Amino acid sequence: MTVALFAPCYVDQLYPQVAIAALRVLERLGVKVDVPSGAPCCGQPPSNAGFERLGEPALHAFVKTFAKYERTIVLSGSCALHVRTHAPQLGVAGAHVAARTVEFCSFLHDAIGIERVASLGATCSRRVAVHIGCHGLRGLGLASPSELQVGRFDKVRALLGTVRGLTFANLARPDECCGFGGSFAVVEPAVSAKMGRDRLRDYDGGNADMVVSTDVSCLMHLEGLARRDGVALPMMHVAEVLAMSAR
Amino acid sequence: MSGAARSLPVVHSAPVDHAAAAAAFNANEARVDWHDAALWFVREKRDRAVEEVPEWELLRELASNIKEHTLSRLDEYLVAFESAATANGAIVHWARDAEEHNRIVHDILVSRKVRHLVKSKSMLTEECGLNAYLEERGVDVVDTDLGERIVQLRREHPSHIVMPAIHLTKEEIGETFAEHLGTPAGLSDPTELTAAARVHLREKFLAAHAALTGVNFALADTGGIIVCTNEGNADLGMALAPIHIASMGIEKVIPGANELAVFLRMLARSATGQRLTVYTSHVHRPREGQELHIVIVDNGRSEQLGRKDFWRSLKCIRCAACINSCPVYRRSGGYSYGATVSGPIGSVLTPGIDLHKYAALPFASTLCGSCTAVCPVKIDLDAQLYRWRQIVVDAGLVSVTKQLVARAGGRVLASRRLVAVGSMLFRSMLRAFPARLLRRLAGAWGRDRELPVPPRESFSAWYRRERGDGHDVA
Repeated sequence: MTVALFAPCYVDQLYPQVAIAALRVLERLGVKVDVPSGAPCCGQPPSNAGFERLGEPALHAFVKTFAKYERTIVLSGSCALHVRTHAPQLGVAGAHVAARTVEFCSFLHDAIGIERVASLGATCSRRVAVHIGCHGLRGLGLASPSELQVGRFDKVRALLGTVRGLTFANLARPDECCGFGGSFAVVEPAVSAKMGRDRLRDYDGGNADMVVSTDVSCLMHLEGLARRDGVALPMMHVAEVLAMSAR
Repeated sequence: MSGAARSLPVVHSAPVDHAAAAAAFNANEARVDWHDAALWFVREKRDRAVEEVPEWELLRELASNIKEHTLSRLDEYLVAFESAATANGAIVHWARDAEEHNRIVHDILVSRKVRHLVKSKSMLTEECGLNAYLEERGVDVVDTDLGERIVQLRREHPSHIVMPAIHLTKEEIGETFAEHLGTPAGLSDPTELTAAARVHLREKFLAAHAALTGVNFALADTGGIIVCTNEGNADLGMALAPIHIASMGIEKVIPGANELAVFLRMLARSATGQRLTVYTSHVHRPREGQELHIVIVDNGRSEQLGRKDFWRSLKCIRCAACINSCPVYRRSGGYSYGATVSGPIGSVLTPGIDLHKYAALPFASTLCGSCTAVCPVKIDLDAQLYRWRQIVVDAGLVSVTKQLVARAGGRVLASRRLVAVGSMLFRSMLRAFPARLLRRLAGAWGRDRELPVPPRESFSAWYRRERGDGHDVA
């Protein structure tokens, strides 16, 4: 099976290292990966800001670009959820693509399996604060949200658990939103920044020396805050950690 | 008490600027931290209380289904409730809106020469602005829920539907009591303050000629109403006064006692992390010689029921779990919403009442979904916030700048070439411009955050260079 890899607009343009790492991880796991040109974005930014119709051309382009793939792997829980939720509104082709669009971590966990991921032999001697983006967490079920009375599971920590030397920082509020929220970050700058700073404080309390997330958009916000406050805290996408090889 | 300060809602008043109010609230970070911690404490207590119920998710499904079923036949259930309650000896009134509700209550009081009314907590009467209406007409109204009494003395509104004074410290409450109840200056011990309130309220209870309560649930089959409180104030009020008025929204009716059992297991757990409220009072008929009036209020609910994307918001049982769990509410405070019901549920209810006034509220959320997950009746709050955003934009209620940015953004994001060109410009700008200028250009983003460090090339450019398989991108 050939899968398509989708690097969302901001990952493609601002965080190429994340997409490169994801590509390498998938290829090392023996997955044949296509990176089709075409859609640069899923259309979420305008849609969540209330301009759904203006986001539709981008979503259309996404559906057209990825229609021929059995699996489209998205390097963001938030973008994946947008496609899965809203592409079906575009008709049969949209529903087809929506059903085959998955977030990177869930693909590794569900389709590849932890044992094979462990064979990557990644090494990273860090005490990691894990931040699962809210859309990946509650929308895609990457982990059990603290609100629900369900059996506890966490696909992201399961993946990171295969990394040698990596330990987890204990957080007081492991699934509190970071406050990015797309346009929320600029529409409500005061609350957005406060939410982000509260996450950084929680990471500090857990003695984390690195933040790892499923969503680079959250990290762009958290990193922007940390740098402004003169806090040196490395932040990475899960793919980058899994790509850290001892070899 | 002056009426003006307490009149809500005012239609056609200035739009609520949630972001500005939230920024003002955040000017005092220590207070934000304290407010956030107080509400998170309740959320964690809720988690522990829910943990005890292995079938919690099943109960949520059941509760949601019961509410959806009832709402789908609301007319039938309301009429059934009316006839059962009437047969029990209650007098049932129907109010189309807040004005009619207030007039009905006032007429009851005037015709029986009632000058002193005690109230237990009723967010519906807050919504209707009843206190101001009655005070302007010479009725002495005393809220007897401790939190509500505190905000009433301060001429404020509740900042939270379950914990009306959650925005106040015990020191501030001590000052209020010193001013109004004559407690010693500097007294801030919660037990002593509560004791002082008890003495003060006891006098009011004894002097009252009528008691008004809210209604948590109304049973269609038996005509009973259920009032859940922790302080016993509703019970004391209705046990002493010769007239009991109960005000309820049309969405409070459920089929009967079997269904009630489901909701009683969920309400207090979701609201405060208690298994049950201290008092769960079932009222079926007036005492010998007492009058029982039940006022059933619409006030925009029928209209909300007719909106296909939003009718499920009427499932709400007002537990406030979504409010306690909302990371934005905890850091912006109840007043930032400018409405009786704040937080996520308020932000899906209020735009239906006055879209212009409350246009900002659907945007006062990161769409993190915690509200939807914590809701005991499974209201899809984040999805409804998303839908209200579309309606607000379609109504032209966002700034021209935002519209232009969105229009340009929508076009750019659909084209790889435009994204590539735009981003290349952006990356060069990030590299070339001095930090001070960038900070200014970054606008709201740059207020508290640095811009990302730009990479030399995009992933698509790297991919083309490395793999060279004809991806025509920058």
